[in-house]
Amino acid sequence: MNRVLRLIGWRLLAGAGVLWGAATLSFLVIQFTPGDPAQAIVGGENAAPTPEVIAQVTREYGLDRPWYEQYLSHLGRVLHGDLGTSYRLHEPVTQAIGEQAGATVELALAAAVVALTLSVAVALATARRRRWVRGAASGAELLVASTPSFWLGILLLTVFSFGLRILPATGSHGFRSLILPAFALALPIAGVLGHVLREALEEVLEEPFIVSARTRGLADLTVRLRHALRHALTPLVTMSGYWVGALLGGAVITETLFTRQGIGRLLISAVDAKDLPVVLGVVLLSAGIYVLVNLVVDLLYLVIDPRLREVPAAAGRVVEGAA
Amino acid sequence: MTAVLRVENLRIGFGAGTVVDGISFEVRRGECLALVGESGSGKSVTARTLVGLTGDGATVRADALTFDGRDLTRLRERDWRAIRGGRIGFVLQDALVSLDPLRRVGKEIDEVLAAHTPLSRRARAERIAELLAQVGVPEPGLRARQLPHELSGGLRQRALIATAIAGEPELIIADEPTTALDVTVQAQVLDLLAKLKSEDRSLLIISHDLAVVSRLADRVAVMKDGRIVEQGPVHQVLRAPAHDYTRSLLAAIPAEHTKGTRLSGTPAPPGERRPPGDVVIRVDAVTKSFRGPDGVARQAVRDVSFTLRAAETVGIVGESGSGKTTTARIALGLTEPDSGSVQVGGQAWSEVTGRDRRALRRSVQVVYQDPLASFDPRYTVAKVLDEALAVAAVPRERRRDRAVELLELVGLDARHLPRRPLQLSGGQRQRVAVARALAPRPAVIVCDEPVSALDVSVQAQVLDLLDDVQRRTGVAYLFISHDLGVVHHACDRVLVMKDGQVVEQGPVETVFTSPEHPYTRELIAAIPRLTAA
Repeated sequence: MNRVLRLIGWRLLAGAGVLWGAATLSFLVIQFTPGDPAQAIVGGENAAPTPEVIAQVTREYGLDRPWYEQYLSHLGRVLHGDLGTSYRLHEPVTQAIGEQAGATVELALAAAVVALTLSVAVALATARRRRWVRGAASGAELLVASTPSFWLGILLLTVFSFGLRILPATGSHGFRSLILPAFALALPIAGVLGHVLREALEEVLEEPFIVSARTRGLADLTVRLRHALRHALTPLVTMSGYWVGALLGGAVITETLFTRQGIGRLLISAVDAKDLPVVLGVVLLSAGIYVLVNLVVDLLYLVIDPRLREVPAAAGRVVEGAA
Repeated sequence: MTAVLRVENLRIGFGAGTVVDGISFEVRRGECLALVGESGSGKSVTARTLVGLTGDGATVRADALTFDGRDLTRLRERDWRAIRGGRIGFVLQDALVSLDPLRRVGKEIDEVLAAHTPLSRRARAERIAELLAQVGVPEPGLRARQLPHELSGGLRQRALIATAIAGEPELIIADEPTTALDVTVQAQVLDLLAKLKSEDRSLLIISHDLAVVSRLADRVAVMKDGRIVEQGPVHQVLRAPAHDYTRSLLAAIPAEHTKGTRLSGTPAPPGERRPPGDVVIRVDAVTKSFRGPDGVARQAVRDVSFTLRAAETVGIVGESGSGKTTTARIALGLTEPDSGSVQVGGQAWSEVTGRDRRALRRSVQVVYQDPLASFDPRYTVAKVLDEALAVAAVPRERRRDRAVELLELVGLDARHLPRRPLQLSGGQRQRVAVARALAPRPAVIVCDEPVSALDVSVQAQVLDLLDDVQRRTGVAYLFISHDLGVVHHACDRVLVMKDGQVVEQGPVETVFTSPEHPYTRELIAAIPRLTAA
């Protein structure tokens, strides 16, 4: 168990490093962005403030102090959870993000559940089956994996909202409005995950311990669920960097397409308005999510493979039987 | 006695190929039948067919295939599930890969109990401990909660056997149940299987090892190319084999009485064996510790000394973890000893660096257990040898001729040059490995379990080959093996290792006929011998 705690400790330390890097980077971006930050604060390129206003803003935001003082106070603010004030919305960035985060989390989680359920179910059902079954599943996966999610979204909208009229096309309230965006976001990911999972399952199903389990009189589904699936999950976990990235990146597009609230749309409008604090706040948030996901992934490995919980297996550790 | 299992004219094919071609046998109640054959003989596929797990795309036909009077060819999947584990127990070889590495040992047994007995969860937990105790696992309560890799090879195999007997089957099928085990552990597992048989169960043992079988079986069926060539009581088949193939199999088993003779039935090359020459390797009091993951240093090799002379074969025997391989790596200069020294041709590994060290490396070559793993699968034989000859500084224009010479030395020829490892048989691969080792004209070849992965008839050819090469070139062998029969046959002197120490060394005859150390005596007593039970 010590090993687990040590691992968590190291991960948190490394995570702090990553966040510090992201905070520093965001500071540098602000420093080296062409143009006067004070100009952006008072309303962007088109505003025509008086020199007095500029001077006041410069003093207020500490823009006249040396860079290292600004850097330290920037880090200090980030440490206190203060990500600055949005130039455009004139409210704290944390508040702007907080208002939108719920909808995105909802969408990402729903999509993750859909992607995992679909890929696990399809892989379990089709691994090491007849050639045409595997071929069909593999083809479908390739198709959805290579379809851009906005195109898939438009397709879903056309069929289910405009055609069949059974699901709403827009909005971010209620379960029904979540279904189409969640599938649009999940399907390409499910395609990739399903493919990886089936390959892994097919490899595991050849192992002697699977034959061994079958000779005990277990049903095929039991063998797959109880013995094979756990082994096949490892590559899925390893790929979590990919699919968490795909979920976050895909959310931006999906939210825009389905005119949902969320971080994605916040980010796009912030980029449009050159609202740097908001953009950087989202960057910092993404970095934080990656750190968290990596920690969870490492812990998941330990859950899946109990051999990793102890000291790595070595000849000296084998318990010799006194027989 | 009534037949529990009756097989008549069983034919198994995959696609157009036939792997089992009309075999018939029966297993009677309380009896042990052994199905013996080399790889590819169809014995394992026969065993799997008996539990309905022949594999994808197989066609199974038989005039009769009955278990306890039931026709197995007519069973549906659901009927099979009641038979597998419940009425026929199955033990596969090497429990490290036959038990789910991610599940606790007790869970695997529990699975059988849940499927085939009406026991409650609590009653099953008690039964698991009982079963583990029954197969001789100490501290069964603790072991049930451990993962397969936390158990030693012997305990794992016992746990696997416990899963096979948990459903109280009438018939146990064991496919190579002792192949991956050390000799003393193998003896214990064979005793356990014998005990199970005495409890009125029937046993079907699948094995390539006639000696193992002779300890356990009442009757033997010898398989070759999908047919049973000979079948009868053990003592009859082993003492007076009727078929040529059985005779050649028996003759190919290396042991005490085969020393100095040919195993493969081919004539010996002309000329006497050379007497041992100058010392080529001198290992002096080497010690090596490895720090374990728990931070505690563990001595893998302790104060080991020996010499090896030209044209001499010195064997190192010992069970897994005894330090054999570390000793070999130190002799090869691949592992630096903590103390002590190794001299090759009068030069110590510790005194040479850079170019000189590489030159010294050429004079000590190695042949490993699994030649497939030690070749790049994309290289042709020509490229494998060319590379070895280039390292040995043979000029480019001479290399092809030299490669053919080397191949002829190991009983192959120029036709094998364009082949890749997968296009060669196991025996041919090991011949190429020997040819590669000979490329720089080494003084010593370290043979690390060189025949462990081979069938007995191929093993016989490779052992004969090593002898031929030694007679022709005077190369010395450091021969590492867990198989005492092979060591007895092939070596002049032997070191017996246990826990990193040499407990006994001397001429093979002396060590094997009058062992002094108790451990050596235990090892020798555990050697499966070809004596009819």
